[in-house]
Amino acid sequence: MANKIRVATTSLAGCFGCHMSFLDIDERMLQLAEVVEFDRSPLTDIEHCTNCDIGLIEGGVCNSENVHVLREFRNNCKILVAVGACAINGGLPAMRNHIPLEECLNEAYLDGIGVENAQIPSDIELPLLLDQVRPIHEVVKIDYYLPGCPPSADVFWKFLTDLIEGREPSLPYELVHYD
Amino acid sequence: MKQFIQGIVGNNHQATHLLQILRQIQSRYHYIPEAAIEQLSGLLNIPRTQIIGVVEFYSFFHLTPRGQYELLISDSITDHMLGKKNLLDYLENKLGVAVGEVRADGVVSLDNTSCTGMCDQGPAGLVNGYALTRLDRSGIDKIAALINQQKPLSEWPSELFQVDDNIYKPGLLLNQQLEQGAALRAVLQRGIKETLTEIDKSGLRGRGGAGFKTAIKWQFCSEEQQAERYAVCNADEGEPGTFKDRVLLNALADQVFEGMTVCAAIIGAKQGFLYLRGEYLHLYDKLQNILDRRRRNGLLGSNILDAGWDFDIEICLGAGAYICGEESALIESLEGKAGIPRNRPPYPVTQGYLGKPTVVNNVETFLAAAGIAVNGGDWFAGIGTEKSKGTKILSISGDCARPGIYEYPFGVTIQTILHDCGADDVLGVQVGGPSGSFISDQEFERKLAFEDLATGGSFIIFNTSRNILDMVHNFTDFFAHESCGFCTPCRVGTSLLKKQMDKIVEGHGSAGDVVALEELCQLVKNYSHCGLGQTAANPILTTLERYPDLYQSRLKEISYEPGFDLDGALETARRMANRDDAGAHLAQIEANEHE
Repeated sequence: MANKIRVATTSLAGCFGCHMSFLDIDERMLQLAEVVEFDRSPLTDIEHCTNCDIGLIEGGVCNSENVHVLREFRNNCKILVAVGACAINGGLPAMRNHIPLEECLNEAYLDGIGVENAQIPSDIELPLLLDQVRPIHEVVKIDYYLPGCPPSADVFWKFLTDLIEGREPSLPYELVHYD
Repeated sequence: MKQFIQGIVGNNHQATHLLQILRQIQSRYHYIPEAAIEQLSGLLNIPRTQIIGVVEFYSFFHLTPRGQYELLISDSITDHMLGKKNLLDYLENKLGVAVGEVRADGVVSLDNTSCTGMCDQGPAGLVNGYALTRLDRSGIDKIAALINQQKPLSEWPSELFQVDDNIYKPGLLLNQQLEQGAALRAVLQRGIKETLTEIDKSGLRGRGGAGFKTAIKWQFCSEEQQAERYAVCNADEGEPGTFKDRVLLNALADQVFEGMTVCAAIIGAKQGFLYLRGEYLHLYDKLQNILDRRRRNGLLGSNILDAGWDFDIEICLGAGAYICGEESALIESLEGKAGIPRNRPPYPVTQGYLGKPTVVNNVETFLAAAGIAVNGGDWFAGIGTEKSKGTKILSISGDCARPGIYEYPFGVTIQTILHDCGADDVLGVQVGGPSGSFISDQEFERKLAFEDLATGGSFIIFNTSRNILDMVHNFTDFFAHESCGFCTPCRVGTSLLKKQMDKIVEGHGSAGDVVALEELCQLVKNYSHCGLGQTAANPILTTLERYPDLYQSRLKEISYEPGFDLDGALETARRMANRDDAGAHLAQIEANEHE
């Protein structure tokens, strides 16, 4: 048990679509569970990660909490992986980058149709938004990138089995060819 | 406006004239109004989106109004070395307008522009397209006063626009005094085939930098089975630090046109074009007058020298796009389109302008061809090196006593050139412009020749007081601005290079950032569609190779730091949520990461 490979996963400014795609490895999950143990992950409900081998990050960085989570992963994972379009480029959430944050907040909390009790949320429990959504490699060092929106189950499988079996991960053309 | 546009379009409804039409509209209204686009779409029978695409592509066209005085300041590294930044700040204050903006009263707009080809007499700029040289505070005071009084350009003092040739070292070509029509008469006397043989014998290679053998190019074009062929002179010298074509067209235009006419005779072209970069608008009227005079003298037009030989030249102005110096992009631009390089092959000699065989050559190549037609191939082949015959005309700028035009036989060493132009205490030389390479003081014995250092003629000297990374930064910004946007490796890659350079230069770089920069360079270089992207990483690669420590010394001894101000990115949210607690802040580097 002790020598199982420890994997942590999280979703920052993402939609959990990459996690869903990961689960699409279906029955291969049983094979994986023989050699891998999940640490912090939406699959385990463990709240903080400790001494992991691989960290999989879905989603970009949109707020201060994302920064803290990302740093925790970086500090605790030997290999940190940007998973999917949002982690790599900011993706869909980064579409707000063309609109000043002030306008976004005004529209959502003050001026939007149907807003009642208009006010900008202010509570120390709430993370603050960054003025731009950032890809994760602009905030911490990233070791590998899994492209796709989402990366297919086979991409996860190929990448993880390569790493687990001690090979330099490489994705064949068919797995990163989208049209 | 309707009448104005109707007037400039006239009865010529060819979409190939779009660029020239847009230039006139921009010049009159200081932008391209939506109504003009609608009208042109009808008159030229092309979609409005195509017109908008062209407007957005060229730096000198705008969809929103610019000032009645459009002021652009050259952003070449040579302008910076002459104190451009201070002058620009002074100008902003004096005129009350920020860079990139139009003043509220609409009278003046201010912006940067890529090198305007005045590196020997900068800091330079353009006002409504006309070149301004040797800008200093007193000149700026004058300009600001003239703009505020709204004086028409025709009443501005001529010294503001004075452009000098600065020829310091003439050689074989610059010393040559050809009688008008001499080259044409020589062709008639010797015969067309025999003239091509002389050009072949001369060993002349293209002077733009790539060095393709001129005689072979002309022969390929003449062998194509097509009724129409074209001869095009590429005077879109946009490579920062290059200005020799400006001087050649000012001082020796007749010989350049003669070279084009010789080419036309050999390839069988009836029509030629001079593609003149928009920054050289000040030469336009003069060149038109020369063409008119040549027509009157029977050296151009129909029945040249009464020999039943027809050939005419049209001048087309560019509109601020470096990429149009690439021959296939230039041809696209001549056809009135955005200057996006074509796939090659087919090469222009088989399918060029309007799909017809076309020869595109540099101004200097045509100048040399005229001389060879008169004096024969041996005259030219007698000097230079084995694979690089003849001379090369250099545009020398930067830290030297006498910046200007120098002509040398191929094979000359960097050391000799530096001595001649009065350069002391030299750190290095950028040979061939940003797309060329940086030569350090350990390599001054190297030779200018296709065998060693090939060059289009740009030669920028840096003395030991200069910071190499500032230069690389400037060049990298240049390529990011000039990328045509067609292919992803270049469009995205040049912006990423700029971002990564910013990060390192501003001191946010850490352990892996130089390696990441180098990997990015290789990607942009190896996967880009055309020469722009393939050379855009050269400033970084050639300096990284020579001065690795310079880059490494900028890095922090931590594993990683973000390239942007993390806490600053929370400022808007902090203000709006009215918070300033510890949780409302982020450290740039984590506690355990501090140096």
